[in-house]
Parts: sequence; structure tokens; C-alpha cells
Amino acid sequence: MKENIIELKGVSKDYKETRAVNKLDLTISKGEIFGLLGPNGAGKSTTIYMILGLTKPTEGKITVCGLEPMKNQILVKKKVGFLPDDVGFYENMSGLENLVYVGKLNGLSTSNAKERALHLIKQVGLEEAMHKKAGKYSRGMRQRLGLADTLMKEPEVVIMDEPTLGIDPKGINEFLDMIQTLSKEHGITILLSSHQLHQVQKICDRVGIFVRGNLLQEGDIPTLQRALQEENHVKYKVVVDGSLAEFPRKMEEYSNMEMMERDSDSFILTLTKEDDGSLADFITSSGYKLLALEQLTYGLDDIYERYFQGGESIGTA
Amino acid sequence: MELHNVAKRIETFVNSSLWTLTRKEITDHIRSFRFNILLAIIFLTCIAAIYSALSSIRDVAAGIEDAKDMNLYLQMLTITDSSGSLPSFITFISFLGPLLGISLGFDAINKERNAHTLLRVLSQPVPRDYIILSKFLGSLAVIAAFIFSIGLLIIGAGILSMGIPPSFEEFIRIITYLVMIISYIGFWLGLSILFSIRFKQAATSALAGIAIWLFFSIFYSIIVNLIVNASLPDQLFQSISAEQQQQNYELYTNLMRLSPNFLFSEITTILLTPSYRTLGPVSMEQIVGSIPSPLGLFDSLTIIWPQVIGIISAGIICFAIAYFIFIFQEIRS
Repeated sequence: MKENIIELKGVSKDYKETRAVNKLDLTISKGEIFGLLGPNGAGKSTTIYMILGLTKPTEGKITVCGLEPMKNQILVKKKVGFLPDDVGFYENMSGLENLVYVGKLNGLSTSNAKERALHLIKQVGLEEAMHKKAGKYSRGMRQRLGLADTLMKEPEVVIMDEPTLGIDPKGINEFLDMIQTLSKEHGITILLSSHQLHQVQKICDRVGIFVRGNLLQEGDIPTLQRALQEENHVKYKVVVDGSLAEFPRKMEEYSNMEMMERDSDSFILTLTKEDDGSLADFITSSGYKLLALEQLTYGLDDIYERYFQGGESIGTA
Repeated sequence: MELHNVAKRIETFVNSSLWTLTRKEITDHIRSFRFNILLAIIFLTCIAAIYSALSSIRDVAAGIEDAKDMNLYLQMLTITDSSGSLPSFITFISFLGPLLGISLGFDAINKERNAHTLLRVLSQPVPRDYIILSKFLGSLAVIAAFIFSIGLLIIGAGILSMGIPPSFEEFIRIITYLVMIISYIGFWLGLSILFSIRFKQAATSALAGIAIWLFFSIFYSIIVNLIVNASLPDQLFQSISAEQQQQNYELYTNLMRLSPNFLFSEITTILLTPSYRTLGPVSMEQIVGSIPSPLGLFDSLTIIWPQVIGIISAGIICFAIAYFIFIFQEIRS
């Protein structure tokens, strides 16, 4: 059922001595919204430029809509729209003129291009500003115009490089909703890169965590959480009543015990496997009153912190 | 049937992305302050030059004995007024023309790169070479329109003030001269587009263009003179022979011909002064028996042909290097 629209196999890119992208394997299927997440300088943009055929990969094979971008630049660019983090509009031309120009570069006649541009401008909500010079647009307006710009060619795939950069929170939500609507309406596959996991997780069907040129994890958000959980052992938060100073020593006798930390009046227990109820029994049988027992799950923040900030320690842990 | 085909071809061309890109370049130039300022400067200096030429053309015409040699319209472009306070049209054009070419091309690519518009255009289904080709063609079209209108205006002004229409040969010579100006400016345009691709900053690229222009228009002849003088044997004790003098002169012209400015000045001389029969040194043996009459148009063209090819190929070489760099350049800023 699923048709792969973007396929990367063992793709690497070297810049002089540094390796920007390392043996990347990635598949994105039709109609999907895929988020490429990673800190700055992780190689997200390089990957995107390689998919677009603007940069030549050092090794590996890229297929977009069944074509190799480096060999079929024109054909691929007909099908793939690109929205960079800062879209370069001709500042002395109005928003509408900018779109019409791109439409004509895509082989539309002037009247068709204008018709299409007007329609798209309405969709992104820029009707009032369409005759204003693009140089006078605010950051958020530019990004919205950019979205309309990428849709001028009726693309099959839209690739966005940090599309939410520099927009205010309200604008980001509106913008992301717009992306989602457009993707569902037109059946467009979307690949977007970001370092803001919080923002894009709402609209992404799948995300890939990308650090230092390596794709560490990919999947939907629950999968990522599960992966993180498996990697680390299961943690429980326990609040007990009784002799707190004695508690850690007592707990060492518990068979599944791995590690224990004290967090003011509660304890964080790390167990080797998921608790089957014996933990509570053990605590009460040791003479403590169990006030609270809670399994700790990994939220987005944990994913973020784990992969982005501690990027280099992954794999050794 | 033929007509239908032509119409269809025109239609495909108008809808092609090359024409869309070129048209945008032309529009941008015409609307830009820079081009309009340059246009005003060149236009004013040309008017001044023509005015001074017209004011002294009566004296010049009176001094010519044979009506066949008059070529008043060619004179109009080459003479200065009696006081010599204003240079002639050809001096102005050969001086300001390169500046026009450089100023229209020096920020062609780097401006778009810095404004990120290059990336946007390149992510459209447009062959990469169309972008620099359109930069070149757009600027050249604007320059050509400008040069032709100046040339035709001059002819018009001449007809109005002198009352004598130009002869057919004069007309063709002037038109050829205009085409030569355009290809000369085209060389400078190609050079400045090359710099605009090579240098990320527009200021650097403008400076590089102006430096080369200054080098060829001022310093090159000084350097060549130095070389030629240095190659002379010591003149203190013996005077140089005629043969040696000729050798020196040949060395001088050969070196000078590496400069596009010199090539253009040779073209100008031969085209606009039909009485010049040859370029470079002539021996007495060659002069003996020759008829001192002005050259026909085709003979003049034959003489300047190598120069013309030289300038055009210099332009093409610049463009080819620009092309090569641009095709393999990383677009990411």
C-alpha cells in the first residue's frame, strides 16, 4: 500500500575533513509528514540539499519519486518544492508578482500562473498583503508566502528546512496547521527539518532524530518513547512513610533493584524490569507505609535532552 | 505553413524559462537607479561630444578637398572642437563603455546569492546555466538598445544640423561601429559576471572589475613601453638601426594587442577613418605604388577582422570560465 517517495541508501557527505552525513538510510512514504529533528549542525540541511540535487553526495544512492536527483535535476525540481529557512523573495516585487514569476519558471502561462497564485495566496491568508512589496513582509508572512511559493508547481513532495525558525508561537501553530491541511488536502509528502521537537511533533507522522550526521532513531513519538524506555531501565517514584534514612539500605535487599536516588521526600528507584506488583508488597512487608508509587514515563523533554544534548554519549550508555 | 511554424516557435520561446529569466533581468535593469544614472552620464557626455564636434565640423569640412573623402558623419564621431576642451565621442565611448559593462554585471550572481533568491530560483525546474545566460543576455540586450539609440540619435542630430544625409557606406560603418561597441562592452560584462560568481561580496567584484579596467586603460601601455625600452640595446654609443626600430615597434604592437582596449581602439580607427589603410608599421617598399585613397568598407573590415575576433573570443572565454565555475559551485551560503 505504501509507496516510497524518498529513499536514501547509505548516503554520506564529506566536507573536507568533516563528515556532515554518515551512511544515512531513510525512507519516506507517500502522503507522510516526516520530521527530521536534530540540533544545529547535525547535517539536516545537507541531507535536504542532497535530496534536492543541489549538493552531490559523497557516496550512497538517493531516489526521489523514482528519480536520482543529481542526474535528473530538472525533473526532480518539477516534482519537489523547497522551502528554505529564509526564503529569498525579490524585494522590489510584490508577493503576487514573486509567485507569478516562479509559476512562469515552472512553465505556466502568465494567466494560469496568476490564477494559481491568487488561489494559493488566499489559502495562506495573505490576500490583503499580496500587492505589497515582498521586502516589507514580516518574517511570518514571508514564510507563508514561501509555502504558497513551493505549492506553485503543484509538487508531489515539499521539503522544508527549519520552516518555523523565527516565527512567534501563535504564528508557528497557524503555520503548522496550514502545512498539515495542505498535506492532507493535496496528498503531498512533506519532509521538514527542525530543532524544535515540541513544535513539530504535533503534525509529524514520523520523526527521525539526527545528530552529528547519524540517524539515531526513527519512528512516531510513542515508538521513540518506548525505545528510550528500553534503553534505560524502568524507573519508579516512591513516597513512603517511616524511617527514611533506613529505607535505601532496606531496599537493597529487593531482588530487582538496580539503582536508587533520593529526591527530597521521594525516592527514584531504577529496576531491572517492569514491576509486577512485588515492589509494593516488598515495601509494606519491610514495615513502611507506601504513600505513592508511580511509574515514570519519558516525555518529549526527555527525548529531547537524551538525544540532542547528550548526543555524543549515545551508543556508549 | 512556414508562418505557422515561426509563430509556434516564438510562442515556445516566450513561454520558456530562459526568456522569463531574461525578461526579468531587463526589467530590473531598466527600473534600477544604477542603470538610469549611467544612462544619464553617458547620454550627457555624448551630447556634449557631438555638440562640440558639430560646432567645429564646418571648419573641418572646409579643409577637405575631395567631396568623396568627406565622411562628415564619421568625422562627427571622431573630431573634437577647435579648443580641444572636450574629448570626442569615440574617446568617451571607449572610456565609459567598459564602465557600463562592469556596472551592469558586477553583482549579477552574488547579489542573488546573498539575498537567497538564487536558491529559490535554483530550486525551480530551470537549468543552472540559464541563470547566468539570462544575466548576460538581459544586460547585453539593455546595452545594445542603449548603444543603438545613441548611435541613431547622433545620425539624426547630424541630419538636422548639417542637412546632408549620410552616405550608405557611412551609415553601414556607423552601424558596424555600434555593433563593435556592443561586443566590446559585452567582453567587460562577461568579465564582471565572472567576478560576480567568483567573489561573494559585490564590492569586491566591482573593485576587481574596475582594477582590470584601470590596468588596461592606463597602466598597461606604460608597462609595455617599459618592456620595449628595456629590450633596446644601449643607445648611448650607437643609434638604432631602422630595422631594429621596426622590430621594436612590432614588439610594442604585439604586446599592446593583448589589451582589449587597444584592440578596440584599432577597430575604431579603421572603421571611422577610412583613410587609414593599415595597422602597425609599414615599410617604404610597401608604400611605393599604393594609391593614397580611402579604403572601401570591406577592406576595412578585413583589416580589423582579427581584432574583432580577439575581443569576441576574450568575452567568450570570460563567459566560459564563469559558466564552468557556476555549474560546479555549491549554492549553499
